[in-house]
Amino acid sequence: MDCQRCHKRPATVHLTQVINGEKTEVHVCAYCAKEQGYMSDNQDFTLNDLLSGLFNYDKSSSYKGKQSKSYQSNKQLKCPGCGLTYQEFAQIGKFGCADCYKTFDERLNPIFRRVHSGNIKHDGKIPKREGGNLHLKKQMNEYKTQLQHLIEQEEFEEAAKIRDQIRSLDEQIHHGQGGEE
Amino acid sequence: MSLQQFINEAISPWMKEEGPDSDIVMSSRIRLARNFQNYPFPIISSEERMEEILQFFKEEYAGKSFRDYHHFEVVEMDKLQSVEKRVLVEKHLISPHLTEHSKHSASLISQNEQVSIMINEEDHIRIQLYFPGFQLDRALEQASQLDDWLEEKVDYAFDENRGYLTACPTNVGTGMRASVMMHLPALAMTQQITRMTPAINQLGLVVRGIFGEGSDALGNIFQISNQITLGKSEEDIVEDLHSIVKQLIDQERKARQALMHRSGVQLEDRVFRSYGVLKHSRIIESKEAAKCLSDLRLGIDLGFIDHIPKTILNELMVLTQPGFLQQYAKESLSPSERDVRRASLIRERLQLENKE
Ligand SMILES: [Zn+2]
Ligand SMILES: [Zn+2]
Repeated sequence: MDCQRCHKRPATVHLTQVINGEKTEVHVCAYCAKEQGYMSDNQDFTLNDLLSGLFNYDKSSSYKGKQSKSYQSNKQLKCPGCGLTYQEFAQIGKFGCADCYKTFDERLNPIFRRVHSGNIKHDGKIPKREGGNLHLKKQMNEYKTQLQHLIEQEEFEEAAKIRDQIRSLDEQIHHGQGGEE
Repeated sequence: MSLQQFINEAISPWMKEEGPDSDIVMSSRIRLARNFQNYPFPIISSEERMEEILQFFKEEYAGKSFRDYHHFEVVEMDKLQSVEKRVLVEKHLISPHLTEHSKHSASLISQNEQVSIMINEEDHIRIQLYFPGFQLDRALEQASQLDDWLEEKVDYAFDENRGYLTACPTNVGTGMRASVMMHLPALAMTQQITRMTPAINQLGLVVRGIFGEGSDALGNIFQISNQITLGKSEEDIVEDLHSIVKQLIDQERKARQALMHRSGVQLEDRVFRSYGVLKHSRIIESKEAAKCLSDLRLGIDLGFIDHIPKTILNELMVLTQPGFLQQYAKESLSPSERDVRRASLIRERLQLENKE
Protein backbone atom coordinates (compact mmCIF):
# COMPACT_ATOMS: atom_id res chain seq x y z
CA MET A 1 0.00 0.00 0.00
CA ASP A 2 1.28 3.46 -0.87
CA CYS A 3 1.47 6.24 1.66
CA GLN A 4 -1.76 8.17 1.43
CA ARG A 5 -0.03 11.49 1.89
CA CYS A 6 2.96 11.42 -0.44
CA HIS A 7 2.18 8.31 -2.53
CA LYS A 8 5.89 7.79 -2.93
CA ARG A 9 6.87 5.49 -0.13
CA PRO A 10 5.13 2.42 1.29
CA ALA A 11 2.72 2.94 4.16
CA THR A 12 4.45 1.41 7.15
CA VAL A 13 2.56 3.24 9.86
CA HIS A 14 -1.06 2.24 10.21
CA LEU A 15 -3.17 3.92 12.80
CA THR A 16 -6.65 4.96 13.73
CA GLN A 17 -7.06 8.60 14.49
CA VAL A 18 -9.92 9.82 16.62
CA ILE A 19 -10.98 13.39 15.95
CA ASN A 20 -14.11 14.65 17.73
CA GLY A 21 -15.17 11.09 18.32
CA GLU A 22 -14.89 10.22 14.66
CA LYS A 23 -12.52 7.46 13.61
CA THR A 24 -10.36 7.73 10.52
CA GLU A 25 -7.84 5.20 9.32
CA VAL A 26 -4.43 6.57 8.47
CA HIS A 27 -1.85 4.73 6.37
CA VAL A 28 1.31 6.69 5.88
CA CYS A 29 5.02 6.17 5.42
CA ALA A 30 7.45 6.72 8.26
CA TYR A 31 8.60 10.00 6.77
CA CYS A 32 5.10 11.48 6.57
CA ALA A 33 4.12 10.06 9.93
CA LYS A 34 6.95 12.06 11.39
CA GLU A 35 6.13 15.16 9.39
CA GLN A 36 2.49 14.98 10.47
CA GLY A 37 3.42 14.35 14.05
CA TYR A 38 1.67 10.98 14.19
CA MET A 39 4.63 9.48 15.86
CA SER A 40 4.93 11.78 18.81
CA ASP A 41 3.40 10.26 21.87
CA ASN A 42 0.73 12.84 22.66
CA GLN A 43 -1.61 11.87 19.84
CA ASP A 44 -4.64 9.69 20.11
CA PHE A 45 -3.89 6.61 18.16
CA THR A 46 -3.64 2.89 18.26
CA LEU A 47 -0.84 1.15 16.47
CA ASN A 48 -0.87 -2.21 14.88
CA ASP A 49 2.60 -2.68 13.62
CA LEU A 50 3.48 -6.25 12.78
CA LEU A 51 7.02 -5.81 13.90
CA SER A 52 6.16 -4.23 17.20
CA GLY A 53 6.20 -7.63 18.85
CA LEU A 54 9.91 -7.64 18.24
CA PHE A 55 10.50 -4.58 20.29
CA ASN A 56 9.54 -5.90 23.60
CA TYR A 57 10.28 -2.75 25.49
CA ASP A 58 8.18 -1.06 28.13
CA LYS A 59 4.80 -2.13 26.81
CA SER A 60 2.76 -0.13 29.24
CA SER A 61 3.81 3.14 27.66
CA SER A 62 3.28 3.88 24.03
CA TYR A 63 1.35 1.04 22.44
CA LYS A 64 -1.83 1.73 24.32
CA GLY A 65 -2.50 4.85 22.35
CA LYS A 66 -5.64 5.84 24.21
CA GLN A 67 -3.79 6.26 27.46
CA SER A 68 -0.82 7.91 25.91
CA LYS A 69 -2.12 11.41 26.55
CA SER A 70 -1.33 11.08 30.19
CA TYR A 71 1.96 9.40 29.44
CA GLN A 72 4.82 11.84 29.23
CA SER A 73 8.06 10.23 28.22
CA ASN A 74 10.97 11.38 30.26
CA LYS A 75 14.29 11.79 28.52
CA GLN A 76 13.15 10.71 25.08
CA LEU A 77 16.06 9.18 23.14
CA LYS A 78 16.41 11.02 19.86
CA CYS A 79 18.94 10.37 17.11
CA PRO A 80 21.01 13.50 16.32
CA GLY A 81 21.65 12.19 12.82
CA CYS A 82 18.11 11.79 11.52
CA GLY A 83 15.80 12.92 14.30
CA LEU A 84 14.21 9.52 14.84
CA THR A 85 13.21 8.86 18.44
CA TYR A 86 13.52 5.47 20.05
CA GLN A 87 9.78 5.22 20.19
CA GLU A 88 9.48 5.87 16.49
CA PHE A 89 12.15 3.27 15.83
CA ALA A 90 10.18 0.76 17.87
CA GLN A 91 7.03 1.60 15.96
CA ILE A 92 8.39 1.23 12.45
CA GLY A 93 10.98 -1.43 13.25
CA LYS A 94 13.60 0.28 11.15
CA PHE A 95 16.57 2.52 11.85
CA GLY A 96 16.69 5.95 10.23
CA CYS A 97 20.44 6.31 9.82
CA ALA A 98 23.80 4.97 10.94
CA ASP A 99 23.80 7.20 14.03
CA CYS A 100 20.63 5.55 15.32
CA TYR A 101 22.73 2.51 16.21
CA LYS A 102 24.90 4.55 18.58
CA THR A 103 22.01 6.56 19.96
CA PHE A 104 19.86 3.55 20.85
CA ASP A 105 22.83 1.30 21.59
CA GLU A 106 21.97 0.40 25.16
CA ARG A 107 18.52 -0.83 24.18
CA LEU A 108 19.52 -2.83 21.15
CA ASN A 109 21.04 -5.97 22.61
CA PRO A 110 17.71 -7.60 23.55
CA ILE A 111 16.39 -6.91 20.05
CA PHE A 112 19.47 -8.31 18.31
CA ARG A 113 19.48 -11.33 20.60
CA ARG A 114 15.95 -12.16 19.53
CA VAL A 115 16.54 -11.69 15.84
CA HIS A 116 19.99 -13.24 15.62
CA SER A 117 19.81 -16.25 17.92
CA GLY A 118 21.49 -14.58 20.86
CA ASN A 119 24.21 -12.80 18.90
CA ILE A 120 24.98 -9.14 19.50
CA LYS A 121 28.45 -8.63 18.02
CA HIS A 122 29.60 -8.63 14.41
CA ASP A 123 32.04 -11.35 13.49
CA GLY A 124 32.31 -11.00 9.73
CA LYS A 125 33.84 -8.89 7.04
CA ILE A 126 35.53 -5.58 7.83
CA PRO A 127 35.53 -2.96 5.07
CA LYS A 128 38.98 -2.05 3.78
CA ARG A 129 38.97 1.72 4.22
CA GLU A 130 36.20 2.19 6.75
CA GLY A 131 37.52 -0.61 8.92
CA GLY A 132 40.70 1.37 9.78
CA ASN A 133 42.98 -0.77 11.90
CA LEU A 134 40.21 -3.18 12.86
CA HIS A 135 41.84 -5.57 10.41
CA LEU A 136 45.02 -5.45 12.46
CA LYS A 137 43.10 -5.97 15.69
CA LYS A 138 41.36 -8.97 14.18
CA GLN A 139 44.70 -10.37 13.04
CA MET A 140 46.04 -9.76 16.56
CA ASN A 141 43.24 -11.83 18.08
CA GLU A 142 43.97 -14.64 15.66
CA TYR A 143 47.70 -14.58 16.55
CA LYS A 144 46.88 -14.66 20.24
CA THR A 145 44.67 -17.71 19.85
CA GLN A 146 47.41 -19.39 17.84
CA LEU A 147 50.01 -18.53 20.44
CA GLN A 148 47.94 -20.00 23.25
CA HIS A 149 47.44 -23.14 21.23
CA LEU A 150 51.15 -23.50 20.43
CA ILE A 151 52.13 -23.04 24.06
CA GLU A 152 49.64 -25.70 25.13
CA GLN A 153 51.14 -28.01 22.50
CA GLU A 154 54.61 -27.09 23.80
CA GLU A 155 55.65 -25.95 20.33
CA PHE A 156 57.89 -23.26 21.70
CA GLU A 157 59.87 -22.57 18.57
CA GLU A 158 56.73 -21.80 16.58
CA ALA A 159 55.32 -19.86 19.52
CA ALA A 160 58.36 -17.59 19.53
CA LYS A 161 57.77 -16.76 15.88
CA ILE A 162 54.18 -15.86 16.53
CA ARG A 163 55.25 -13.75 19.50
CA ASP A 164 57.52 -11.73 17.20
CA GLN A 165 54.67 -11.22 14.82
CA ILE A 166 52.44 -10.06 17.65
CA ARG A 167 55.11 -7.55 18.65
CA SER A 168 55.41 -6.03 15.21
CA LEU A 169 51.66 -5.97 14.78
CA ASP A 170 51.32 -4.22 18.12
CA GLU A 171 53.82 -1.68 16.89
CA GLN A 172 51.74 -1.10 13.75
CA ILE A 173 48.52 -0.70 15.70
CA HIS A 174 49.94 1.82 18.12
CA HIS A 175 52.37 3.81 16.04
CA GLY A 176 52.07 2.95 12.38
CA GLN A 177 48.54 4.17 11.78
CA GLY A 178 49.15 7.90 12.06
CA GLY A 179 48.31 8.02 15.75
CA GLU A 180 44.75 6.83 15.32
CA GLU A 181 44.73 5.15 18.69
CA MET B 1 9.05 -11.13 -32.79
CA SER B 2 9.33 -14.92 -32.91
CA LEU B 3 9.04 -16.88 -29.70
CA GLN B 4 12.64 -18.07 -29.99
CA GLN B 5 13.83 -14.46 -30.21
CA PHE B 6 11.63 -13.42 -27.34
CA ILE B 7 13.01 -16.22 -25.17
CA ASN B 8 16.58 -15.38 -26.08
CA GLU B 9 16.09 -11.84 -24.92
CA ALA B 10 13.92 -12.68 -21.94
CA ILE B 11 16.05 -15.31 -20.25
CA SER B 12 19.20 -14.05 -18.53
CA PRO B 13 22.35 -15.50 -20.14
CA TRP B 14 23.51 -17.11 -16.89
CA MET B 15 20.18 -18.94 -16.54
CA LYS B 16 20.80 -20.85 -19.76
CA GLU B 17 23.91 -22.44 -18.28
CA GLU B 18 23.84 -25.59 -16.22
CA GLY B 19 25.77 -25.24 -12.98
CA PRO B 20 26.88 -27.96 -10.53
CA ASP B 21 24.06 -30.17 -9.17
CA SER B 22 21.71 -28.51 -11.61
CA ASP B 23 19.33 -31.47 -11.50
CA ILE B 24 18.21 -30.05 -8.15
CA VAL B 25 19.78 -26.65 -7.52
CA MET B 26 18.60 -24.05 -10.02
CA SER B 27 20.60 -21.08 -8.78
CA SER B 28 22.70 -19.66 -5.94
CA ARG B 29 22.45 -16.06 -4.84
CA ILE B 30 24.32 -13.72 -2.50
CA ARG B 31 22.81 -10.40 -1.49
CA LEU B 32 24.71 -7.77 0.48
CA ALA B 33 23.01 -4.78 2.12
CA ARG B 34 25.16 -1.66 2.44
CA ASN B 35 24.54 1.97 3.37
CA PHE B 36 26.28 5.30 3.11
CA GLN B 37 27.64 6.58 6.39
CA ASN B 38 26.39 10.14 6.19
CA TYR B 39 23.01 9.81 4.55
CA PRO B 40 19.71 8.95 6.21
CA PHE B 41 18.37 5.56 5.11
CA PRO B 42 15.83 5.66 2.24
CA ILE B 43 12.88 4.86 4.50
CA ILE B 44 13.19 8.25 6.20
CA SER B 45 15.34 10.19 3.73
CA SER B 46 14.32 13.37 1.99
CA GLU B 47 14.04 13.19 -1.79
CA GLU B 48 17.07 15.44 -2.28
CA ARG B 49 19.38 13.15 -0.35
CA MET B 50 18.15 10.10 -2.22
CA GLU B 51 18.64 11.88 -5.51
CA GLU B 52 22.26 12.68 -4.54
CA ILE B 53 22.94 9.00 -4.09
CA LEU B 54 21.29 8.11 -7.38
CA GLN B 55 23.31 10.77 -9.20
CA PHE B 56 26.50 9.49 -7.60
CA PHE B 57 25.88 6.02 -9.01
CA LYS B 58 24.97 7.36 -12.43
CA GLU B 59 28.15 9.41 -12.60
CA GLU B 60 30.53 6.85 -11.16
CA TYR B 61 29.28 3.52 -12.43
CA ALA B 62 27.16 3.87 -15.56
CA GLY B 63 28.79 1.87 -18.37
CA LYS B 64 31.61 0.66 -16.09
CA SER B 65 32.77 -2.94 -15.91
CA PHE B 66 34.21 -5.02 -13.10
CA ARG B 67 35.77 -8.44 -13.79
CA ASP B 68 33.23 -10.60 -15.64
CA TYR B 69 30.49 -8.07 -15.11
CA HIS B 70 30.49 -5.74 -18.05
CA HIS B 71 28.81 -2.49 -18.89
CA PHE B 72 26.67 -1.81 -15.89
CA GLU B 73 23.49 -0.19 -17.05
CA VAL B 74 21.68 2.20 -14.73
CA VAL B 75 18.02 1.29 -14.95
CA GLU B 76 16.01 4.05 -13.31
CA MET B 77 12.70 2.85 -11.94
CA ASP B 78 10.99 6.13 -12.64
CA LYS B 79 11.62 5.78 -16.34
CA LEU B 80 10.08 2.33 -16.71
CA GLN B 81 6.55 1.30 -17.63
CA SER B 82 4.89 -0.78 -14.96
CA VAL B 83 5.02 -3.90 -17.14
CA GLU B 84 8.77 -3.41 -17.62
CA LYS B 85 9.26 -3.21 -13.88
CA ARG B 86 7.19 -6.32 -13.42
CA VAL B 87 9.34 -8.21 -15.91
CA LEU B 88 12.50 -7.24 -14.00
CA VAL B 89 10.91 -8.52 -10.79
CA GLU B 90 9.91 -11.77 -12.49
CA LYS B 91 13.50 -12.21 -13.63
CA HIS B 92 14.49 -11.65 -9.98
CA LEU B 93 16.74 -8.79 -11.04
CA ILE B 94 15.02 -6.31 -8.76
CA SER B 95 12.82 -6.61 -5.69
CA PRO B 96 9.13 -5.71 -5.56
CA HIS B 97 10.13 -3.17 -2.89
CA LEU B 98 12.21 -1.25 -5.43
CA THR B 99 9.28 -0.96 -7.86
CA GLU B 100 6.94 0.20 -5.12
CA HIS B 101 9.06 3.29 -4.45
CA SER B 102 10.33 4.12 -7.86
CA LYS B 103 11.30 7.67 -7.17
CA HIS B 104 15.08 8.10 -7.04
CA SER B 105 15.60 4.37 -7.13
CA ALA B 106 17.44 2.39 -9.74
CA SER B 107 19.35 -0.75 -10.42
CA LEU B 108 22.80 -1.20 -11.92
CA ILE B 109 22.54 -4.32 -14.01
CA SER B 110 25.52 -6.04 -15.60
CA GLN B 111 25.29 -7.09 -19.23
CA ASN B 112 25.16 -10.79 -18.35
CA GLU B 113 22.44 -10.03 -15.79
CA GLN B 114 24.32 -11.92 -13.09
CA VAL B 115 24.72 -8.77 -11.01
CA SER B 116 22.11 -6.27 -10.00
CA ILE B 117 23.01 -3.46 -7.61
CA MET B 118 19.82 -1.91 -6.32
CA ILE B 119 20.01 1.76 -5.33
CA ASN B 120 17.71 3.28 -2.70
CA GLU B 121 15.90 0.09 -1.88
CA GLU B 122 15.29 -0.40 1.86
CA ASP B 123 19.03 0.21 2.14
CA HIS B 124 21.04 2.57 -0.05
CA ILE B 125 22.78 -0.33 -1.74
CA ARG B 126 21.78 -3.94 -2.26
CA ILE B 127 24.34 -5.95 -4.20
CA GLN B 128 22.87 -9.09 -5.69
CA LEU B 129 24.77 -11.78 -7.53
CA TYR B 130 23.55 -15.02 -9.12
CA PHE B 131 25.28 -18.17 -10.23
CA PRO B 132 23.61 -21.08 -11.98
CA GLY B 133 23.41 -24.32 -9.98
CA PHE B 134 25.05 -24.87 -6.61
CA GLN B 135 27.93 -22.38 -6.39
CA LEU B 136 27.57 -20.52 -3.12
CA ASP B 137 31.30 -20.19 -2.46
CA ARG B 138 31.97 -18.64 -5.82
CA ALA B 139 28.99 -16.34 -5.46
CA LEU B 140 30.24 -15.16 -2.06
CA GLU B 141 33.76 -14.58 -3.31
CA GLN B 142 32.59 -12.54 -6.30
CA ALA B 143 29.99 -10.59 -4.33
CA SER B 144 32.64 -9.68 -1.79
CA GLN B 145 34.92 -8.41 -4.55
CA LEU B 146 32.11 -6.31 -5.98
CA ASP B 147 31.58 -4.97 -2.48
CA ASP B 148 35.29 -4.01 -2.24
CA TRP B 149 35.02 -2.32 -5.63
CA LEU B 150 32.14 -0.15 -4.42
CA GLU B 151 33.87 0.56 -1.12
CA GLU B 152 36.71 2.25 -2.99
CA LYS B 153 34.34 5.16 -3.50
CA VAL B 154 31.58 4.78 -0.93
CA ASP B 155 32.00 5.50 2.78
CA TYR B 156 30.08 2.59 4.23
CA ALA B 157 28.09 2.78 7.44
CA PHE B 158 30.05 0.30 9.54
CA ASP B 159 30.50 -0.21 13.26
CA GLU B 160 33.13 -2.31 15.00
CA ASN B 161 30.54 -4.06 17.17
CA ARG B 162 27.48 -4.16 14.97
CA GLY B 163 29.11 -4.58 11.57
CA TYR B 164 27.47 -3.22 8.43
CA LEU B 165 24.60 -1.01 9.55
CA THR B 166 21.29 -1.59 7.80
CA ALA B 167 17.83 -0.05 7.97
CA CYS B 168 16.31 -3.25 9.34
CA PRO B 169 17.66 -4.93 12.48
CA THR B 170 17.26 -8.29 10.71
CA ASN B 171 20.08 -7.49 8.26
CA VAL B 172 22.70 -5.90 10.51
CA GLY B 173 26.17 -7.45 10.82
CA THR B 174 27.18 -9.05 7.56
CA GLY B 175 24.18 -7.57 5.74
CA MET B 176 24.27 -10.84 3.84
CA ARG B 177 21.46 -13.05 2.66
CA ALA B 178 22.72 -16.20 0.95
CA SER B 179 20.13 -18.30 -0.80
CA VAL B 180 19.73 -21.28 -3.00
CA MET B 181 16.80 -22.05 -5.29
CA MET B 182 15.99 -25.77 -5.35
CA HIS B 183 13.60 -28.00 -7.28
CA LEU B 184 12.43 -30.61 -4.76
CA PRO B 185 9.54 -32.52 -6.35
CA ALA B 186 10.15 -35.86 -4.63
CA LEU B 187 10.55 -34.34 -1.16
CA ALA B 188 7.39 -32.33 -1.78
CA MET B 189 5.40 -35.28 -3.16
CA THR B 190 6.25 -37.42 -0.15
CA GLN B 191 5.58 -34.53 2.29
CA GLN B 192 9.12 -34.90 3.60
CA ILE B 193 9.98 -31.25 3.05
CA THR B 194 7.18 -30.19 5.40
CA ARG B 195 8.56 -32.49 8.06
CA MET B 196 12.13 -31.27 7.55
CA THR B 197 11.33 -27.56 7.61
CA PRO B 198 11.14 -27.09 11.42
CA ALA B 199 14.56 -28.72 11.87
CA ILE B 200 16.03 -26.49 9.16
CA ASN B 201 14.49 -23.44 10.83
CA GLN B 202 16.12 -24.44 14.10
CA LEU B 203 19.48 -24.07 12.40
CA GLY B 204 18.74 -20.44 11.57
CA LEU B 205 17.76 -21.10 7.97
CA VAL B 206 14.49 -20.35 6.22
CA VAL B 207 12.67 -22.51 3.67
CA ARG B 208 10.02 -20.92 1.50
CA GLY B 209 8.41 -21.10 -1.92
CA ILE B 210 9.50 -18.34 -4.28
CA PHE B 211 6.92 -18.41 -7.03
CA GLY B 212 3.36 -17.58 -6.01
CA GLU B 213 2.15 -16.31 -2.70
CA GLY B 214 1.51 -17.89 0.66
CA SER B 215 2.93 -21.17 1.87
CA ASP B 216 2.51 -22.98 -1.45
CA ALA B 217 5.76 -23.53 -3.26
CA LEU B 218 4.66 -23.27 -6.89
CA GLY B 219 6.47 -25.71 -9.15
CA ASN B 220 8.01 -27.38 -6.06
CA ILE B 221 10.65 -24.70 -6.15
CA PHE B 222 12.00 -23.74 -2.75
CA GLN B 223 14.37 -21.10 -1.56
CA ILE B 224 16.67 -21.89 1.38
CA SER B 225 18.38 -18.90 2.97
CA ASN B 226 20.09 -17.75 6.14
CA GLN B 227 18.08 -15.89 8.77
CA ILE B 228 20.92 -14.75 11.01
CA THR B 229 23.26 -12.01 9.84
CA LEU B 230 24.90 -10.97 13.12
CA GLY B 231 27.57 -12.82 15.07
CA LYS B 232 28.68 -15.20 12.35
CA SER B 233 31.15 -14.65 9.52
CA GLU B 234 30.01 -14.68 5.90
CA GLU B 235 32.03 -17.86 5.32
CA ASP B 236 30.43 -19.65 8.29
CA ILE B 237 26.93 -18.64 7.21
CA VAL B 238 27.57 -19.92 3.70
CA GLU B 239 29.15 -23.11 5.04
CA ASP B 240 26.10 -23.84 7.22
CA LEU B 241 23.75 -23.21 4.33
CA HIS B 242 25.97 -25.29 2.07
CA SER B 243 25.85 -28.30 4.33
CA ILE B 244 22.06 -28.21 4.67
CA VAL B 245 21.60 -27.81 0.92
CA LYS B 246 23.97 -30.75 0.38
CA GLN B 247 21.81 -32.87 2.67
CA LEU B 248 18.65 -31.76 0.90
CA ILE B 249 20.19 -32.72 -2.44
CA ASP B 250 21.02 -36.19 -1.09
CA GLN B 251 17.55 -36.60 0.40
CA GLU B 252 15.87 -35.47 -2.81
CA ARG B 253 17.94 -37.93 -4.88
CA LYS B 254 17.12 -40.75 -2.47
CA ALA B 255 13.43 -39.88 -2.52
CA ARG B 256 13.46 -39.88 -6.34
CA GLN B 257 15.10 -43.30 -6.39
CA ALA B 258 12.64 -44.67 -3.86
CA LEU B 259 9.71 -43.33 -5.88
CA MET B 260 11.07 -44.86 -9.06
CA HIS B 261 11.61 -48.15 -7.29
CA ARG B 262 8.23 -48.31 -5.56
CA SER B 263 5.99 -46.68 -8.12
CA GLY B 264 7.85 -46.22 -11.35
CA VAL B 265 4.83 -46.63 -13.60
CA GLN B 266 2.73 -44.22 -11.59
CA LEU B 267 5.54 -41.68 -11.75
CA GLU B 268 5.91 -42.15 -15.49
CA ASP B 269 2.16 -41.76 -15.88
CA ARG B 270 2.21 -38.55 -13.89
CA VAL B 271 5.06 -37.12 -15.97
CA PHE B 272 3.39 -37.91 -19.30
CA ARG B 273 -0.03 -36.71 -18.18
CA SER B 274 1.51 -33.38 -17.22
CA TYR B 275 3.42 -33.29 -20.50
CA GLY B 276 0.11 -33.90 -22.29
CA VAL B 277 -1.56 -31.05 -20.44
CA LEU B 278 1.26 -28.67 -21.28
CA LYS B 279 1.27 -29.75 -24.92
CA HIS B 280 -2.46 -29.57 -25.49
CA SER B 281 -4.28 -27.31 -23.08
CA ARG B 282 -5.89 -24.11 -24.30
CA ILE B 283 -6.37 -22.52 -20.88
CA ILE B 284 -3.93 -23.00 -18.01
CA GLU B 285 -3.64 -21.21 -14.65
CA SER B 286 -0.21 -20.47 -13.26
CA LYS B 287 -0.64 -22.99 -10.46
CA GLU B 288 -1.43 -25.87 -12.81
CA ALA B 289 1.28 -24.80 -15.23
CA ALA B 290 3.82 -24.80 -12.39
CA LYS B 291 2.77 -28.27 -11.24
CA CYS B 292 2.97 -29.69 -14.76
CA LEU B 293 6.31 -28.00 -15.47
CA SER B 294 7.71 -29.47 -12.27
CA ASP B 295 6.54 -32.95 -13.34
CA LEU B 296 8.00 -32.44 -16.81
CA ARG B 297 11.34 -31.40 -15.38
CA LEU B 298 11.35 -34.42 -13.06
CA GLY B 299 10.56 -36.60 -16.09
CA ILE B 300 13.60 -35.16 -17.88
CA ASP B 301 15.83 -35.73 -14.83
CA LEU B 302 14.60 -39.33 -14.52
CA GLY B 303 15.15 -40.04 -18.21
CA PHE B 304 11.49 -40.52 -19.25
CA ILE B 305 11.81 -37.60 -21.64
CA ASP B 306 15.03 -36.80 -23.43
CA HIS B 307 14.37 -34.30 -26.19
CA ILE B 308 13.62 -31.29 -23.97
CA PRO B 309 16.36 -29.27 -22.22
CA LYS B 310 16.46 -29.22 -18.43
CA THR B 311 16.30 -25.45 -18.37
CA ILE B 312 12.67 -25.63 -19.51
CA LEU B 313 11.37 -25.41 -15.93
CA ASN B 314 13.30 -22.28 -14.99
CA GLU B 315 12.61 -20.74 -18.36
CA LEU B 316 8.88 -21.34 -18.49
CA MET B 317 8.31 -20.57 -14.81
CA VAL B 318 9.64 -17.10 -15.60
CA LEU B 319 8.08 -16.66 -19.03
CA THR B 320 4.57 -17.58 -17.91
CA GLN B 321 4.45 -14.93 -15.18
CA PRO B 322 1.93 -12.14 -15.76
CA GLY B 323 4.51 -9.48 -16.65
CA PHE B 324 6.22 -11.55 -19.32
CA LEU B 325 2.94 -12.74 -20.83
CA GLN B 326 1.84 -9.15 -21.22
CA GLN B 327 5.16 -8.07 -22.62
CA TYR B 328 4.99 -10.85 -25.21
CA ALA B 329 1.38 -10.00 -26.03
CA LYS B 330 2.30 -6.31 -26.14
CA GLU B 331 -0.92 -5.43 -24.30
CA SER B 332 -2.33 -5.67 -20.83
CA LEU B 333 -4.27 -8.85 -20.17
CA SER B 334 -6.96 -9.82 -17.68
CA PRO B 335 -6.26 -12.93 -15.58
CA SER B 336 -8.44 -15.11 -17.81
CA GLU B 337 -6.79 -13.78 -20.97
CA ARG B 338 -3.44 -14.58 -19.39
CA ASP B 339 -4.47 -18.18 -18.83
CA VAL B 340 -5.18 -18.50 -22.55
CA ARG B 341 -1.90 -16.80 -23.49
CA ARG B 342 0.03 -18.92 -21.00
CA ALA B 343 -1.34 -22.12 -22.56
CA SER B 344 -0.47 -21.01 -26.07
CA LEU B 345 3.01 -19.82 -25.12
CA ILE B 346 3.77 -23.18 -23.49
CA ARG B 347 2.41 -25.08 -26.52
CA GLU B 348 4.52 -23.02 -28.90
CA ARG B 349 7.59 -23.45 -26.74
CA LEU B 350 7.25 -27.22 -26.65
CA GLN B 351 6.73 -27.30 -30.41
CA LEU B 352 10.11 -25.63 -30.88
CA GLU B 353 11.63 -28.81 -29.42
CA ASN B 354 9.64 -31.17 -31.63
CA LYS B 355 10.77 -29.51 -34.83
CA GLU B 356 14.40 -30.32 -34.20
ZN1 LIG C 1 4.50 9.52 2.75
ZN1 LIG D 1 19.33 8.21 13.05
